Amino acid sequence: MDLLLNHFWEFTITGLAFGAVYALIALGYTLVYGVLRLINFAHSEVFMWGSFASVWVLTALGASKASGVGVVGFLVIGFAAAMVTSALVALGLEFVAYRPLRKRNSPPLIALISAIGASFVLSEAMGLRDKPFKWFGLDTDLASYVGRPREASPLPLNIDTVRLFRVFDYRVSNIDLIVLGSAIVMMVILDQFVKRSRLGRGIRAVAQDPEAAALMGVNRDRVIRLTFVIGGAMAGAAAMMYLLKIGVTRYNAGFLLGVKAFTAAVLGGIGNLRGALLGGFVLGVAESYGSAIFGSNWKDVVAFTLLVIILLFRPTGLLGESLGKARA
Amino acid sequence: MRSVFKIGAPVVAAALALSACGGTTNDAGSGSGGKACDLKIGFFGALTGDAANLGINIKNGAELAVTQYNEKHADCKVSLTSFDSQGDPSIAPGLAQKAVTDKKLVGIVGPAFSGESKAADPIFDKAGLNIITASATNPALSENGWKTFHRILGNDATQGPAAAKYIKDVLKAQKVFVSDDTSEYGKGLADIVKKDLGSAVAGSDETAADGKQDDFSPTVTKAKASGATVFFYGGYYSNASKLVKQLKSGGFTGTFVAADGVKDDGFIKGAGAAAEGAIVTCPCLPPDKAAEFSAAYKKAYNSDPATYSAEAYDAANVFLAGIAAGKTSSSDMNAFIGSYSAQGVTKNVKFDAKGEPSEVSVWAYKVSGGKIVPDQEIK
Amino acid sequence: MNAVSSFFHGIGDRFRALPRWAKIVLAIAAAVIVYLLPIINPPLITTTDSDFGAVLFLCALYALVAIGLNIVIGYAGLLDLGYIGFFAIGAFTVGVLGSAHAKLPLLLCIPIAMVVTLVSGIVLGAPTLRVRGDYLAIVTLGFGEIVRLILVNADSLTGGSRGISNIPTPPNLDLFGIPHLVWDGFVAKVDLSNQTRFLQFGVTDSIPYYWLALTLVFIVLFLDWRMQNSRVGRAWEATREDEDAAELMGVPTFRFKLLAFATGAAIGGLSGALFATKQQFINPDNFTILYSVLFVAMVVVGGQGNRWGVVVAAALLTWAPEKFRFLADARFLLFGLALMALAIFRPQGLMPPRRSVRAKKADEVAPDQIDAEGVARA
Repeated sequence: MDLLLNHFWEFTITGLAFGAVYALIALGYTLVYGVLRLINFAHSEVFMWGSFASVWVLTALGASKASGVGVVGFLVIGFAAAMVTSALVALGLEFVAYRPLRKRNSPPLIALISAIGASFVLSEAMGLRDKPFKWFGLDTDLASYVGRPREASPLPLNIDTVRLFRVFDYRVSNIDLIVLGSAIVMMVILDQFVKRSRLGRGIRAVAQDPEAAALMGVNRDRVIRLTFVIGGAMAGAAAMMYLLKIGVTRYNAGFLLGVKAFTAAVLGGIGNLRGALLGGFVLGVAESYGSAIFGSNWKDVVAFTLLVIILLFRPTGLLGESLGKARA
Repeated sequence: MRSVFKIGAPVVAAALALSACGGTTNDAGSGSGGKACDLKIGFFGALTGDAANLGINIKNGAELAVTQYNEKHADCKVSLTSFDSQGDPSIAPGLAQKAVTDKKLVGIVGPAFSGESKAADPIFDKAGLNIITASATNPALSENGWKTFHRILGNDATQGPAAAKYIKDVLKAQKVFVSDDTSEYGKGLADIVKKDLGSAVAGSDETAADGKQDDFSPTVTKAKASGATVFFYGGYYSNASKLVKQLKSGGFTGTFVAADGVKDDGFIKGAGAAAEGAIVTCPCLPPDKAAEFSAAYKKAYNSDPATYSAEAYDAANVFLAGIAAGKTSSSDMNAFIGSYSAQGVTKNVKFDAKGEPSEVSVWAYKVSGGKIVPDQEIK
Repeated sequence: MNAVSSFFHGIGDRFRALPRWAKIVLAIAAAVIVYLLPIINPPLITTTDSDFGAVLFLCALYALVAIGLNIVIGYAGLLDLGYIGFFAIGAFTVGVLGSAHAKLPLLLCIPIAMVVTLVSGIVLGAPTLRVRGDYLAIVTLGFGEIVRLILVNADSLTGGSRGISNIPTPPNLDLFGIPHLVWDGFVAKVDLSNQTRFLQFGVTDSIPYYWLALTLVFIVLFLDWRMQNSRVGRAWEATREDEDAAELMGVPTFRFKLLAFATGAAIGGLSGALFATKQQFINPDNFTILYSVLFVAMVVVGGQGNRWGVVVAAALLTWAPEKFRFLADARFLLFGLALMALAIFRPQGLMPPRRSVRAKKADEVAPDQIDAEGVARA
């Protein structure tokens, strides 16, 4: 306890920084849930594919030698690569795993099975990525991309940690700043997009009442595609932030984060964009405090207990449900 | 002795009761005169699932030994068969029960982890199938009186004190922060280190196992707050690389010390420059003896030998030497392993009565210039 | 697309049409064959890389799990993603009482394990069953993970990651040996050197455990059938179909949901206990979230609400990865693809309950053509 009080801001800010990753992934869960009432179990693999995309693109561009301004350029490229790839994977997922079910009006649990299946497929495909290259004898030439496929792949970008300024007991580093800063930028853009743009109105309309929205001329399929693309892009941004903080990614990196991010989404009120953000940050900070007090091995217990307690007192999460009703 | 009755012609289940006409067949392979060929060595461990990376390292090491053996004995080859337990103790017994029915299987390299060992080793012992594990380091495994159990590397009870000694005598640390991954291996090791360091332990934090934790910032903060100059981590390289990277970027300036579970290229790859200066203890000899092995491994698998690859290579070679000497029955092989003594890649391979290696020298290795280089023997 | 289900229902209808004695004979014959499966070792079905008896034991064990989870998901409509938690509690209760901290005999440990899981089901269910369906999923997911973490971290009680060894076996009753069959192509031979002792529970032979598990499956199936056809079963069905309407009709829905949750938990605890005694060694690594997900997959694949369907699906999903081991590391990829294919082509599961088949027909046919009894039967 003393530890927490003496290093309160350090625990808080590092918790917030990882909470930002949760929050961005949680957005994907919440958007899809809001529109489709579906737990997109495979969203975590969308994140994982994004992280690999940025690793590969930066490796191909030789980012490991960069310094100074070059690093900033590569950083932007990394974000772009991850976001585009994740968005595409999410779109593909919607097309292959969910659309056929929707066309048949399947019961909701079946969508969960499809999602679980897709999640297996996406993560194992990454874990087996050396196989097709071996068939063509390319695995030696492309070793830096294929490597040991079940091992971690590092982000080839060297960013020296620089302590920028002090917040009470903690000196905030450039990486904290990049992670938190980009998360906030993404969130503001998304918030405004859903609130103000035509497409965003479409999303809210479908979330609120799909049939009425269809009658009013909203193209439901298009809206659904859009939510998957946005959710995917956010997961991609989270992937790059994750890489900056953790440094490596792996074929099964998504699973744990997926569970946590989904928890965050429920914590904040699933279907509610701002709820997902709040949930992510709360979860990140709670884990950090929990680790400080009980030890890191208890932090998941703390996180889930918090979830249960909050649901008991606020059965629809911190900010309540509904993408449509909440102002964002 | 195995007697088999043949019943009837193409059979449906119902036809079973019909006829029981005689004729016994002998199963091929075992024993009767001449040298037995087409024998098998098994690898037992995870090739899929979360721990696949560790299993694959071990399998590759054993496979390399078999390949090299077959190049020399082209007329009488040995094959390696894999039992993919996924590291899951619930799947292990079924595989073990199947393995012991295979008369051509003369030995098992594995099981890879301590958990699955506890589930599968009693079966191997009952059936008399000899095993040499190249990675399960739980000290209690050799205390069960299993005659077929052998271990080719020092267990946690030898390595833990060595690591503690190095921290005290060489690094001369007054304050040490001890952390582990709550795995059987990591926690067992860290507990020994903590005990040996006594009052020098300035703080500790248990973290979650591989694949269950990515963000270690609370641990970093605690380590910094403890004022420790040495950080000991009990666990595997996958989490160690993340941890060391976050320690460095979080502003911890002390030395990172870990054990053989971290002695892997993946550690340096994952942690990058942050791994520089880290100390890794290992009950294995420096690789000057192993240069040839390293080169062959790299040629075959397109990557440097990883954690436990060399141990698996040595273990497989024990079995192969036994096969070459014609010791293919369970008891012959058991006696052969018991009296085996030869220089391997990792050590002078020799087992004591419990199946533990009789000579264990623990070395400290240092990460320097992006490579794990030998530092000194811990005596 | 409905070929499979009409096939199964065709069989079901034929079976029902048979005279009573024929039914009994057929059922006994089927049961005998199922019991003797590991002895017969039928080619094509037997597993080549893993011991068939051990695989069958796991099939029966997970069938038991699926029956329990089916009560929660299939009957009461509660999505439980933390079922492995109850399984783990059951296993560790046996471990702690039978080996680690006391030496109680197994036959005493098992009922205790069931009571402990029943209570933990109530303790978890009482606060959380009030939250809405999808939230329950994440709460239970969290519960499963919390149980595992506590098992890892509560060293002194559970042995942490070291786990618990020497878990007691069921009492032996060594009567006679049963030789196995070996197959040469399609020719069967009796292998006298490979016998299973009736009933000796040891580490090298899984078959007695398989028989034990199978017997429990049949017993629980019978109880399940009685329960579902009772007032309780109808109350569950009403709750699942329309909670508000059920409440209005005087069904105390919360209490029935809790009952389903606790019953399911107790069966989970029973399966866990069985697992522990077969395994004789348990550690927390056996109880990861992934298993919860697989359990749910078993129930949904089988057709939620159909007890035979979930039994078949559980056996199939356990057996297939072992059977197709030659696919090596690609088999999880293929498993995933199979789940997706199933979701698209057979969204009701392999064997949907008759109730939902009828309900579907009811949508197509005019309402007055449905017979009255169709409502009550599931």
